[in-house]
Amino acid sequence: MESAATANHMELVYEKPMTLTDTPMHYCPGCGHGVVHRVLMEVINEMGIQDRTVGVAPVGCSVFAYNYMNVDMQEAAHGRASAVATGIKRVLPEKYVYSYQGDGDLAAIGTGETIHTVNRGENILMIFINNAIYGMTGGQMAPTSILGQVTSTTPYGRNSDLMGFPLKITDLVSQLPGAYYVTRQSVQTAAAVRKLKKAIEASFKYQPLKKGTCFIEVVSNCPSGWKMTPIEANAWMEKNMFPLYPIGDLKVPKQN
Amino acid sequence: MKGNEALAEAAIRAGMQAYFGYPITPQSEILEYFTAEAPKHNYVVLQAESELAAINMVYGAGGAGARVMTSSSSPGISLMQEGISYMASAEIPCLVVNVQRGGPGLGTIQPAQGDYFQATKGGGHGDYRLFVLAPASVQEMADFVFDGFRFADKYRTPVLILADGALGQMMEKVVLPPSGSLPFIDKPWATTGKPASRERNILTSLHMEPEKMEEINIKLQDKYRKMQQDVRYEVVGVENPEMVIVAFGLTARICQKAIELAKERGIKVALLRPITLYPFPSDAIAKLTSTTSAFLTVEMNAGQMVEDVRLAVNGKRPVYFRGRMGGMIPSPEDILLEIETIAEKQQTTTA
Repeated sequence: MESAATANHMELVYEKPMTLTDTPMHYCPGCGHGVVHRVLMEVINEMGIQDRTVGVAPVGCSVFAYNYMNVDMQEAAHGRASAVATGIKRVLPEKYVYSYQGDGDLAAIGTGETIHTVNRGENILMIFINNAIYGMTGGQMAPTSILGQVTSTTPYGRNSDLMGFPLKITDLVSQLPGAYYVTRQSVQTAAAVRKLKKAIEASFKYQPLKKGTCFIEVVSNCPSGWKMTPIEANAWMEKNMFPLYPIGDLKVPKQN
Repeated sequence: MKGNEALAEAAIRAGMQAYFGYPITPQSEILEYFTAEAPKHNYVVLQAESELAAINMVYGAGGAGARVMTSSSSPGISLMQEGISYMASAEIPCLVVNVQRGGPGLGTIQPAQGDYFQATKGGGHGDYRLFVLAPASVQEMADFVFDGFRFADKYRTPVLILADGALGQMMEKVVLPPSGSLPFIDKPWATTGKPASRERNILTSLHMEPEKMEEINIKLQDKYRKMQQDVRYEVVGVENPEMVIVAFGLTARICQKAIELAKERGIKVALLRPITLYPFPSDAIAKLTSTTSAFLTVEMNAGQMVEDVRLAVNGKRPVYFRGRMGGMIPSPEDILLEIETIAEKQQTTTA
């Protein structure tokens, strides 16, 4: 009797949103993808827009995003997620459309699509996970890999003479008139996660205004690809990536 | 009307909801026509930053349930092959128009038929086929847009109209089909936002388990076989001809002139024109082996469809080939010469 009464009075303070499926995630321990997936799906759930949202998954570690995100989704070819999202949004202008892409997808093979999607001011949200490495294919150099970073294709460290410089694509797109809201966030602390959630909420609230593209970079980690423990990886990210990719807003909507 | 313009106007009348394209000669009039007419209609038209982006916009819009198309010419169609392969696998209906020019490489802007293999054998990676229609007149440039959208919906697959630069640029009289005559079908698989009443819709071509991937392949192959019920071709000419010319598109029209010239010289020649290149009218060609003694395939390429003709004839009769390449168009006199040479050879063999 007493235990039943206790159960009845138990207050549910936290649960998995119905916009996430029950599928166990394939991401490595400590990886940021799972957190970003969850925050994104929390926002869609809390805003009550599951029935009006279409997502686009990329090629990369988050290629299986549609296994976890309980919304209608299309799987794009490598680099083409924002073109696919453009096609969806243009024929369904009243729906919420987002793309979810990694650094190889968005800033290497899909650079052209990224720049032109934002330049057209497509009314979509682009979520860009920057972990400075190709995770899915086994840890090769990404366009955002930092100078000196050792990867499986830069075994002696990234050398700018041979491999160029880390591409700060978020800085680039923030310069485009089609960009409405551009921000750079992270997910290594609870406070950072809350800020990311606010940025995603803001982006979805902006979308019906049809003022242009919302673009969120999430500076993230890759413990497996970097060959570090999750704790080491987050420390390495803060020490080496944050100076190059500083957290904060790059472009915010002008107040009327 | 110009072929390209007739095709574009027909698409509007067929209820096209979105077009994504990139300029390339000799088909830029299609994009220009859509942008000029846009204010009068309710479709989406967008000049993409590349053919890669254009075909992936088609993927997105088609996946969202729209009646969608793109068009390009040979080099641009090569760039689209990745997206077409993905759409074939994810079963996204759309219409792709290739107004062919001479190749390989950047080639020339003159008409050619060098993309037959690419159009009919898959084109991109993996085992898939497109439903391929080959117009031979401005009228068919218009009519086949309706057929193209219809077959795309029927088979949930990309459909290709394989035209050439001459058909795109030539002007002929055309009777345009009325607007609103092509019905829309329900697309319960489309990604339009998941209501509580159904599971989420996912459009993907990725299946990591080989058992599942083979299952998808078997389903696709089954669909491609079923397309045979919609095979289309035209036979023009005499009973028991001495030889049958097999030619498609523009070349078929030139062959008709050559056949008239041959008739004046007392040589009885018939024409079989495949209208669908996939499905290919193999059975119709096979049947003709009992009523004719030779086949001649004429193409504006180095000999591509002739391989399918030889497979259909299966060694029962000789199959000759005459082709021009790189944007050159064979003349009726060219073809007549070939007909006369073959007729002589056949007489010697018979004697």
